[in-house]
Amino acid sequence: MSVSFKVNGKPVTVDVPGEMPLLWVLRDVLDLKGTKYGCGMAQCGACTVHLGGEATRSCVTPVSKVAGAEVLTIEGLSPDGTHPLQRAWEELDVPQCGYCQAGQLMMAASLLAAIPKPTDAEIDDAMDGNLCRCGTYLRIRAAIHLAATLPAGAIPAGRPGQASASWSIGSTDFTDFAD
Amino acid sequence: MNTRGRVSRREFLHATLVASGGLLLSMRLGASARGAVAPAANGALNPWIGISPDGIVTIMAQNPEIGQGVKTMLPMLIADELDVDWKDVRVEQAGLDTTNYKDQTAGGSTATPTHWLPMRRVGAAGRALLVGAAAATWGVPEAECTTASGTVRHPKSGRSLKYGALLEKAASLPAPALDQVKLKDPKDFKIIGTRVKGVDNHAIVTGMPLYGIDVKLPGMLYAVYQKCPVLGGTVVSANLDEIRGLWGVRQVFTLEGGTAFDGLRSGVAIVADSWWAARKAREQLKVVWNEGPAAAQSSAGFAAQAAELAKQPPQRSLRKDGDVVAALGGAAQVVRAEYSYPFLSHATLEPQNCTAQYQDGKLELWVRTQTPENGRALAAKTLGLQPGDVTIHLTRLGGGFGRGLRNDYLVEGAAIAKQVNGVPVKLLWTREDDMANDFYRPGGFHYLTGGVDAAGKLVAWRNHFVSFGEGQRFASSAGISATEFPQRFIPNFALDASVMPLGVPTGPLRAPGSNGIAFVMQSFLDELAHAAGKDPLQFRLELLASGQPPSEGNSLNADRMRGVLQLVAEKSGWAAKRQERGKGMGVAFHYSHLGHFAEVVQVSVTRQGALAVEKVWVAGDIGSQVINPSNAEQQAQGSVIDGIGQALALEITIEGGHAVQSNFDHYELPRLTKAPPEIEVHFRISDNPPTGLGEPALPPVLPALCNAIFAATGKRIRALPIGKQDLSWA
Repeated sequence: MSVSFKVNGKPVTVDVPGEMPLLWVLRDVLDLKGTKYGCGMAQCGACTVHLGGEATRSCVTPVSKVAGAEVLTIEGLSPDGTHPLQRAWEELDVPQCGYCQAGQLMMAASLLAAIPKPTDAEIDDAMDGNLCRCGTYLRIRAAIHLAATLPAGAIPAGRPGQASASWSIGSTDFTDFAD
Repeated sequence: MNTRGRVSRREFLHATLVASGGLLLSMRLGASARGAVAPAANGALNPWIGISPDGIVTIMAQNPEIGQGVKTMLPMLIADELDVDWKDVRVEQAGLDTTNYKDQTAGGSTATPTHWLPMRRVGAAGRALLVGAAAATWGVPEAECTTASGTVRHPKSGRSLKYGALLEKAASLPAPALDQVKLKDPKDFKIIGTRVKGVDNHAIVTGMPLYGIDVKLPGMLYAVYQKCPVLGGTVVSANLDEIRGLWGVRQVFTLEGGTAFDGLRSGVAIVADSWWAARKAREQLKVVWNEGPAAAQSSAGFAAQAAELAKQPPQRSLRKDGDVVAALGGAAQVVRAEYSYPFLSHATLEPQNCTAQYQDGKLELWVRTQTPENGRALAAKTLGLQPGDVTIHLTRLGGGFGRGLRNDYLVEGAAIAKQVNGVPVKLLWTREDDMANDFYRPGGFHYLTGGVDAAGKLVAWRNHFVSFGEGQRFASSAGISATEFPQRFIPNFALDASVMPLGVPTGPLRAPGSNGIAFVMQSFLDELAHAAGKDPLQFRLELLASGQPPSEGNSLNADRMRGVLQLVAEKSGWAAKRQERGKGMGVAFHYSHLGHFAEVVQVSVTRQGALAVEKVWVAGDIGSQVINPSNAEQQAQGSVIDGIGQALALEITIEGGHAVQSNFDHYELPRLTKAPPEIEVHFRISDNPPTGLGEPALPPVLPALCNAIFAATGKRIRALPIGKQDLSWA
């Protein structure tokens, strides 16, 4: 079937079976590889996108349900990677393998849109459905708190290849050079 | 493992200018340098360093990046010795290139000890060439020249030249031998030891394609591969004709596999226009299988066999020191306990995949693998090619954890591409494929007896380890070292083993061996400390003080381990810990992958048995230098969360020769709310070569957690996962 909707503000029409999950339409038909496949059953959150502004697991969303809707993916979270969450993620060096982080960011963006200054408990509530196999959870929580303090559209955070300033993450007292 | 530099006198740097004007340095083997190094036709540059005329330094990252930070760390070593500013560095991932690179693997936390000196020498040799070029240009002695921030200076005359302006001259000079170059004094490091962010962070947070699953080639088709649900089973027949007519399907065929789990296995490939089409078509696939011998195997069966084996004399002795029987007979307290841990899955969040193109007897692969050289050899052998006919492009891995050490999915992708012939194909496993076709962390059973004397000193230790294997051979990652702690530290020590046959594939999972063994050894040690009436941390310090000199080779160093125990005691406030029901602190240590780690876990357990891990303290000794403190902290924290997740909830149950758990609904990886809210990481700097950090922080956290639960509840965890047990207390 032919399905028309908007992705990151751009109108698209795809001709695929209506049951094809939005995830695979994004990845393999529209060639937007940022949204990731992890489980195919809404258990890991790696495929999280915004559908009509709501965080949605695209792996279990048939494309037929997206007709006429607005879809936002990680590629469209900001025009140039300067969403406060993206800057905070870079600033705190959040990723390890990085595979889950697009889903984490989209989930966090939906949280901040609803609750601009979330508490730890509110972050836990919102983010508990997103798995990080590497265990970057403490930095994810810290980066959401940091992003909540950053103005939108400010100076981009450091780019790859730049040595960083040191940030205190949580209460971690790091690198004690004992003898 | 060789922890020193591996550059021999026969290796030296060869410098040349490439068409782009960049200076390329490459390590050469053998006495005769080959001709100029040119960019390969496929666009993958071979050597490590390129400097453009405008001063941008391109450094090739040679090892697979699995989330351990090596794509950032190895270039840091080169850049610091080259004496350039990190902001001017761009990092590119190298493909497999055994001509120019050595040890292109990700495994065993080896990148740091293996490459610490060689990569620095690569950078230092580049710097020496540029200094030589400047000195020759000015007609001054090299010794009068200094470098900083990509510039050579001659302070006496006040002259300076940027590296970018010295390329042509440098290319005409003889390159220095790598073992002759002068390395920086560590106090002069400018990049090493600073918090450097992951070089792919921006691409990650903006959703750029980086991973194997993201590869897209012109005209590419997509494949799924159905293997027998029973591990080791083979295809008898399938309804291939019915599948051919389904939406989007291009080809359906059976591949004959061999018997090795890490080679090509028997199955049915469905190749389609899209992955979704292939996956949908598979729902209609009906295969008659020959299930093979593993169909009779189960976790329950293994446990029953282990219990039987434990009643009988051990099949063999791995180590015998002193006289355990006599020492137990004379002990004031004897403790007996049975410990066990289950099979586990790697569960990388990116399911296994491989994109391959076969054409005219050549194979090209774009693949997530931790061992590309092995993968190339396997693909070549399976497809009847020479290794030189196989090109491997390395992608970032969406998690490794040891899964990518085996190249079974790589050879599947290669074999499918050969059948399709001429068109690139991406094989992608479903999550269910991934969990059903793992090389599982093997379960294990330990039957322990320990004795303490009237003074509370540990005098005897016996372990009958019941594991998997055949005869003298343990199954992969199912073994134990004859010198595993506490051997050397107890006068009367016996380690025996019995094995049962296993039809299920096993393999290394992050901190292999150690991830199960540490739980057992450090939990039982805790039991003995309590039997001796001693503080568990003090008991461990005393045990480590009684050790004999280290055995040959790499092994636990008692001084270093005491150091991290004392550090973690101090940081966690161990001496002042509360004695209160429902609250507890536990301690454990473990040596693995050249790293010494001691950890303390603090928990609370409600009367009803609800467990919360409140805080973890990590103290590690990985030598003289923490190369990238930001990543070091991440690796340690990630290891702690990984280990806690395993201990709390993870288990692969084998039934009928296959894994029962098939997705994250029943294989419950730790989530944000299961992670301790605080994980402090401390390093004890010691006068030893720097070593790796992907693994050694993981093993101690499991027993430290279990020991904390005992402190809080009086309940001793002797079987994992903890979640299956009732922790309530009255």
